[in-house]
Amino acid sequence: MTALPPPSKVKLGLVIDLDTCVGCHACVTACKGWNDQGYGVPLSDQDPYGASPSGTFLNRVHSYQVQPAEGPAQIVNFPRSCLHCEDAPCVTVCPTGASYKRAEDGIVLVNEDACIGCGLCAWACPYGAREMDAAAGVMKKCTLCVDRIYNENLPEEDREPACVRTCPTGARHFGDLGDPSSAVSQLVAARGGFDLLPDLGTRPVNKYLPTRKKDVRREASLLAPLLDLKATGFAGWLDRMLGKI
Amino acid sequence: MHPAPSVIVFTVLSGMGFGFLACLGAGLVGVEGWAAFWVWGLGYGLALAGLVSSAFHLGNPQRALLAFTQWRTSWLSREAVLSVAALLVLAPMALSDWLGLGFPRVIGWLGAVLAVASVAATGMIYAQIRAVPRWHHWVTPVLFLGFAVSGGLILSGHARSAALACLGLVVLLRVAFRLGDGQFARAGQTMGTATGLVGEVSVFEWPHTGDNYLLREMIHVVGRRHAARLRLIAVGLAGLVPAVVLVMVPSFAGIFVAATAHLAGAFAARWLFFAEAEHVVGLYYGRR
Repeated sequence: MTALPPPSKVKLGLVIDLDTCVGCHACVTACKGWNDQGYGVPLSDQDPYGASPSGTFLNRVHSYQVQPAEGPAQIVNFPRSCLHCEDAPCVTVCPTGASYKRAEDGIVLVNEDACIGCGLCAWACPYGAREMDAAAGVMKKCTLCVDRIYNENLPEEDREPACVRTCPTGARHFGDLGDPSSAVSQLVAARGGFDLLPDLGTRPVNKYLPTRKKDVRREASLLAPLLDLKATGFAGWLDRMLGKI
Repeated sequence: MHPAPSVIVFTVLSGMGFGFLACLGAGLVGVEGWAAFWVWGLGYGLALAGLVSSAFHLGNPQRALLAFTQWRTSWLSREAVLSVAALLVLAPMALSDWLGLGFPRVIGWLGAVLAVASVAATGMIYAQIRAVPRWHHWVTPVLFLGFAVSGGLILSGHARSAALACLGLVVLLRVAFRLGDGQFARAGQTMGTATGLVGEVSVFEWPHTGDNYLLREMIHVVGRRHAARLRLIAVGLAGLVPAVVLVMVPSFAGIFVAATAHLAGAFAARWLFFAEAEHVVGLYYGRR
């Protein structure tokens, strides 16, 4: 059924720290690597070694320049993937029931055996989180690595999404955002985590953490009094002479 | 949005087809015998050609029957159900008109309601999408209905009412263009709300140097250069030309010319409907 289930108690999702992300794209590669051989059909590439390569990815990292009202501009790296919205518009538009939200943990998934590849769910998603696989003609999206997080064949430390597991700077966090006492919920509360496009009524589960305030560059050095040196000898003479011209 | 030919052909032909079938069902065209066979055949032909064309838009059309299951939530599913229901309910009316079986006209009325409802559902597929502000407005389903009514009346040969419907369509198109142009700004979404970043946000680098599905499908900016001229062509061919021709040349030739012009105008308008629509995902790429 493409009707949304009643709100689940458990809301699994990601918290992405825009302050810590260095834009290395390791999460993109790890996501592609795991999901190429896991849930559903592989993520195909078209013309991968040719003149105009194109491919299916579930996670993309943008980079933005932000000019604050005061101070120098910053570069912010911005990973973008499915936010597993509570009011997921991609689910209700699906004509076949392929697109669904799991009642037990809130993960939004596509049953590829029922997907006709009409693309309406990708149109309905404001975040560009869904990409049609050009080879298989079915819709692909982030599964929150549903085949890792519950997989008892994996060592315990690997039971988290591939993007989170691989992130070298710890910019990605995985957990239950429905539980206010969970580590991710506390992180969101402490750092002022926010929703993307909140006005569109999708109520995303994933949260983003803002960049921290940067240190302000001091105009004068602490050593300024000690640095107030007078030139002597030939340099001093040259300094005085040049000043008079 | 990418103006996919299959979807444009589908919405234009099936819209006109269902409009005409609704007129036939309501008994607006007083024909019987083989004349009835040909006019009903034209209505069914247009509607079915459109529906078949829509299958070319699908990645896996062999599973299309599943699209009849989710009518409780999905407008696309509702459209599938309503269109097939309309074709089935109208079938006995068509047979009755052709073979003179004398079935009650109420069957035709019911079929006409279903046909109109299926066109409205087509419009709602687009109007429901908040991520495309230009479409997310009541004017979208009304415009789809306007095309179906005027197209159906032109084919029905009721020159006076068809001309009035065409003039109504002219007004409707102008209103839709005017409202649509301000819709993205009214939705109030910017690169700032898309990323949550505070300050003046601009794109430093894209996630990928090549092409991808999002750019091809939703951030399609080709051909907007000629939008102003195409709007004139759409309004002229879909509305003004048929209205004038129908009043000046009240004959079969007049209907033929009016219908051809209307269809061409409808294609131009539908192409613009997609090409001018901007998806909010474009904000992430600094493009609309």
